[in-house]
Amino acid sequence: MKNQAMILDDLDLKILQALQENAKQTYTEIGSQLGVAHSTVYDRIKRMEEQGIIKKYTTLLDLEKVGMKQITAIMTVFTDPKESDNVAMRLSQFKEVLEVSTSLSEELLIIAKVVAEDQDKLHSFIAQSVAPLPRVLRIRTSIITKKYKEQGFSVEK
Amino acid sequence: MMTPASRILRTVPRENAFYFFTSIGNYTGESATSLEEFVKKVKEVNVKSLEFHLYRGDFEKWASQTLEDKDLAEKIRNLHSLNLAGDSLRDQLYFTASKRYEKLRSELHE
Repeated sequence: MKNQAMILDDLDLKILQALQENAKQTYTEIGSQLGVAHSTVYDRIKRMEEQGIIKKYTTLLDLEKVGMKQITAIMTVFTDPKESDNVAMRLSQFKEVLEVSTSLSEELLIIAKVVAEDQDKLHSFIAQSVAPLPRVLRIRTSIITKKYKEQGFSVEK
Repeated sequence: MMTPASRILRTVPRENAFYFFTSIGNYTGESATSLEEFVKKVKEVNVKSLEFHLYRGDFEKWASQTLEDKDLAEKIRNLHSLNLAGDSLRDQLYFTASKRYEKLRSELHE
């Protein structure tokens, strides 16, 4: 079945924005900000969870503060177009790979966000786990040196 | 029964192949699953890849751990001190690996 866009009203969008700012707020807190009952907030959130509009609640960690060093890289994998789905699925199974997307420019590419403790571990992962995947033609990797912004897409009220 | 020479000259599974990179995470698309193929690829791959792997110690590690050829690993390790680069590195590595390959091939036929 084809995905159909759900119709959200102004209150739904305001609730989503409140959750994006702080997902730990209670229904009562959100309700009082928006001037509606907590039960209304509960019903709306429940419906949006059931419809898959709210996919999950997650935690954004400051890894440096918990003493975990890591580097992030954007890996572009060039594959035989017939095998790109299989390669993308296999990549998705590695814990080192955080995101996997495909892109069509001049050739079909798989773009993946990869994390590792250091450059040696990043290289070992790519050399031992990604390069051997069938039909991988070549790989380009860029290590991220500085991040200027990181956030999900925000709904507009 | 496998002789030491036939063991070293065997074709290894794809996951144990040598994958040629030019820098961290940048795979050229070239790989070798045997010493014979490795010798051929040394002639063909981007020379930056040979420089990258030689000074990281990747070639001798593969020779020693995957092909189980300590002799070749030692000979490749000895190239580090020559500080070779570019085509002179390619020529010397090709000479070292191909000479070892020919020696092992001749042992097979003894």
